[in-house]
Amino acid sequence: MRRRGVLTVVLLSGAVAHADAPPPAADASVRPAASSSAALAAQMALARQIVLHGSPQGAHECAICHGEEGQGKIKAAFPHLAGLPKPYLERQLRHFGALARDNPSMQAIAHKLDDAQIVALATYFSRQVPPPIMSPATPPPALGEALAVRGRDAIPACVTCHGPGGRGLGGALSAAFPPIAGQPAVYLERQLRAWKNGQRPAGLDGLMGAIGKRLSEAEIVAVSQYFAAQPTLVATVTTEARP
Amino acid sequence: MSARSAFRSAHTLIAIATCGVLSACEQAPQGSAAPLAAASAAQPARPVAVAFAPPPLSAIPDDAFGVVVRQGEALFRNTPAHAPQYTGNTLSCRNCHLDAGRLADSAPMWAAWVSYPAYRSKNRHVNTFEERLQDCFRFSMNGKAPPSGSPALVALEAYSYWMASGAPTHGVLRGAGYPRLPRPARGWDYARGQALYTEHCALCHGADGQGLLVDGKPWFPPLWGPQSYNWGAGMSRLDLAAGFIKANMPLGNGNSLGDQQAWDVAYYIDSHERPQDPRYLGSIEATRQQFHDGPYETYGRTVNGHLLGVGSGVSGGSTVTQAARGRTTTPLRD
Repeated sequence: MRRRGVLTVVLLSGAVAHADAPPPAADASVRPAASSSAALAAQMALARQIVLHGSPQGAHECAICHGEEGQGKIKAAFPHLAGLPKPYLERQLRHFGALARDNPSMQAIAHKLDDAQIVALATYFSRQVPPPIMSPATPPPALGEALAVRGRDAIPACVTCHGPGGRGLGGALSAAFPPIAGQPAVYLERQLRAWKNGQRPAGLDGLMGAIGKRLSEAEIVAVSQYFAAQPTLVATVTTEARP
Repeated sequence: MSARSAFRSAHTLIAIATCGVLSACEQAPQGSAAPLAAASAAQPARPVAVAFAPPPLSAIPDDAFGVVVRQGEALFRNTPAHAPQYTGNTLSCRNCHLDAGRLADSAPMWAAWVSYPAYRSKNRHVNTFEERLQDCFRFSMNGKAPPSGSPALVALEAYSYWMASGAPTHGVLRGAGYPRLPRPARGWDYARGQALYTEHCALCHGADGQGLLVDGKPWFPPLWGPQSYNWGAGMSRLDLAAGFIKANMPLGNGNSLGDQQAWDVAYYIDSHERPQDPRYLGSIEATRQQFHDGPYETYGRTVNGHLLGVGSGVSGGSTVTQAARGRTTTPLRD
């Protein structure tokens, strides 16, 4: 899956393209449909229909809360979906549908989506450009930065997995550890509390479940403000280390 | 005889190698995490391990001493950047001593500070703390030992000493070294380790174990190969590697793997080539007999038809790799 010497430029929108690209070996056998541009166009059209008008099965339209291009609504704490890795978005919709991730609105919507619709929506949002979040005039609290950059005790620095500024590390790493830069602070707080309270699947190797349980309320607020203040459109370059 | 040396003698009686607690490179002492079942009532009671927490970084004093403490912390976090003349790979101290040397069960530096001078079976004499640090550079960093009293060592000593503020010199601190796991009932196994590695480790450390660079800087450390610790490092010993893995990996959810799993992953990792032991005696067999004869060594053993100990890359590091390191700040000059 990981190719040595691959240079991944992560511009969030760039990360998307990378995360979306199937590995060469899997291309023909596992996802034949996605390999053709006509199939991709059909997926995008199907998704666009649901985003704007909802699904025939009664799922509400995504655009009401997340915006037509998945830009989110910061003041209402609706996260942006634009530019998030496709596998991550797919996984979340399945978790909502299975009632494993706690959010009544999203559970009701995802429950009515079939597999093709989930894949189409994840494809659609992953291919949008994230909203251009800029650094705020007032810097976020020092406690948040300390946790994000240095960590505390057995809590690793958040950027270790979520990348510098929370912009992800690209490829398979971003699919497992999504970019979190520029998401609404209140949304991030809710996620950390959900992990703390066991209301969201603990994630790869149970990492976020374990980390959430160790965070204090003050740390949750501070670190959420830190990542909400991080700009989205900055390049991060990850390189497979060569022996 | 001091209480401390008496304690050490007691340990010798029950056949436990006495040593320091910079366990990334050396034998871990007996800590509270690993009670010795064999100890009977007839043997002297072991000292009770005391809990300890280092002061917060914000407590580093704003004076000339504090400046050097901060230099030590910076060096600890990004060793190739601050001590390029002594490092031969892309690792940093904090890769084996998590939370920049503050985390219990991750060979914390506050516990190491109060454990030296100490006799080490590794080199069969009493080592000062400084000498112990020099060994980290020689083995784990695959580099060169900074000279005694050099700014790099002074900074690391100051940082460790400051972290140990208030720690009892003669006590045993809870969380010193790495936890000692009981020897596994099923031994250790390459295939089991490989499967676990693929599932839990490969995403960050790479399927080929070579780690990841971000913005050109070391990010996830290489676990074998020319940029990793060499064959003389403690982490190349299965018991130390397994203890570290068990307590600390996957990063963020330590103690989630079982003991058996930790042993198997440690064996898989230490069944790959790494730079030659700088104490190399001219042949793998001679080096194995002299330095790697213990039960937890893979050096000089044949795994999957490959005799381990050939060495990869350059023992003592290579200047060729210097360009790949994250040298973004001014190194500490001698």
